[in-house]
Amino acid sequence: MKCQKCDKQAVFHITELEAGSVRELHLCEDHARAYLNQAEAASGPPDTAEAGAGGAPGTLGVGQTADELAVLDQKACPMCGITFFEFRNQGRLGCPHDYLFFAKELEPLIANVHGATEHTGRRPAWARAAGGEGGAVAAGGVETGGAERGTEELTSVIGLRREMREAIGMEDYEKARENRDAIRAIEERRIPPVRPE
Amino acid sequence: MKLDTLTQSIGEWLRGTGPESDIVMSSRVRLARNLPHYPFVSRASEQDRADIERFLRERIAAAPVGRALEYIDVGRLEEVDRQLLVERQLISREHADAQGARSVAIDQAEQVSLMINEEDHLRIQCMHSGLDLRGVWEQIRAVDEQVEQLVPYAFHPRFGYLTACPTNVGTGIRVSVMLHLPALVITRQIDKVFRSLHKISLAVRGLYGEGSQAMGDFYQISNQTTLGKSEEELVEQVGDVVPVLIDYERRAREFLVRETEQNVHDQVSRAYGILRTAQTISAEETMQLLSRVRMGVLLGLIGDVKIADINSLLVRTQPAHLQKIRGVELDTKDRNIERARYLRQHFESGNATGGASVN
Repeated sequence: MKCQKCDKQAVFHITELEAGSVRELHLCEDHARAYLNQAEAASGPPDTAEAGAGGAPGTLGVGQTADELAVLDQKACPMCGITFFEFRNQGRLGCPHDYLFFAKELEPLIANVHGATEHTGRRPAWARAAGGEGGAVAAGGVETGGAERGTEELTSVIGLRREMREAIGMEDYEKARENRDAIRAIEERRIPPVRPE
Repeated sequence: MKLDTLTQSIGEWLRGTGPESDIVMSSRVRLARNLPHYPFVSRASEQDRADIERFLRERIAAAPVGRALEYIDVGRLEEVDRQLLVERQLISREHADAQGARSVAIDQAEQVSLMINEEDHLRIQCMHSGLDLRGVWEQIRAVDEQVEQLVPYAFHPRFGYLTACPTNVGTGIRVSVMLHLPALVITRQIDKVFRSLHKISLAVRGLYGEGSQAMGDFYQISNQTTLGKSEEELVEQVGDVVPVLIDYERRAREFLVRETEQNVHDQVSRAYGILRTAQTISAEETMQLLSRVRMGVLLGLIGDVKIADINSLLVRTQPAHLQKIRGVELDTKDRNIERARYLRQHFESGNATGGASVN
């Protein structure tokens, strides 16, 4: 059975007795925890529930008022278009840019899962070489710039491609052509050639 | 690589060699990698998936390691062939069941496999028989470094390698060992062991990874977290616990022989008897019985079977392998009959010494 709030497997089956009526809930672990926390907060004195807002790191949505959550859920990544609501439902992000765009929302989640928020392992050669601001030229003669810029500039292609497809759909071929050229320029600058000269 | 020839060998994870291979079936590491200029797979359009697949395939082929790899277009395979790759642990069940353009590149030894368009754009896997996490890590690092020369990976200075699921972000590494722990299961100590593993943030999974059931007393132990520790530290985190588990299992096996030899001998002999005489048998029951016989052989309670034979049967009696060997598609009922026949034939021809003698 699927969770009533997302596509995950429901592992908690909760029966609520409210004023004589019976309500059944089937939830995944995350949503069950959120639900139970909410129930707990609601049963406490009102000011405690209020003070809980913004607390409870790691449990998505808990401690946020419904309005705040609704606004957050509508926030959509400018590159891939995924909303935070969609991410919460699927548990999968839409594109690498989401890590920057939803950084504030993802950090508590990441901290909760990993007990850390800083990568200390290996780095791609270009990220090692390009530690400074000035940028460096990697093996294939590709301009790298700062590590972040390397990924970020390429990530912008996702948005440009989406706009290009929309432009084609609206028969705005000039706009589509502009985007196509912009994509090519970025890819040529940032992606090493298959056969290095 | 002709898929049909795969069934003639038994693949890396059941080769049954390498250090501690009486308990450690295989050591495996996988790395999750993504391209920065495409959406993650679950949000990629059909066109995107085809472009990602071509981009990665061309670039992997151009890397030194790529020349020794065989490419398989998973999207075009028949279901039984996809299942065959899953049974050999060369692709994940998710990859087999997914939609759209996807492929896998595999080396001849079946140690290295690169899945394109699984949950992440690229998942590199390396597997060795027995306990050899260091060796696996060295090999996969070399593959990753070669691919990285030609593929711009999505990377963030603070979050590390960016993955579709935040649970893999950072190193993108999953280090795992597949253990055969029948004595800990029989002595009912397995749950206690797993609870203590969870406390040190290690995950326990069944034979075929996430969500799969533990079959035949085979368990995968792997790291739960991927961020905040280096790859070497995570390899060590899993590696450190393995000798402890090996020790527990050995002690449980010794205990069984010392305290309950008759019972254990009876159990493994019955398991062996069923495998040699059954007329219809499911894959699960086969796995369970082979697991018991495997332990019996290792304890010296069954003399006329080789461990390599058991390992080979473990994979060849699985649904896709069985159908490929017989060359026909079979439904579950017919598979169970065919499986029993295959087992009987195997034990008859392999053991002319009369292991099946009537008392």
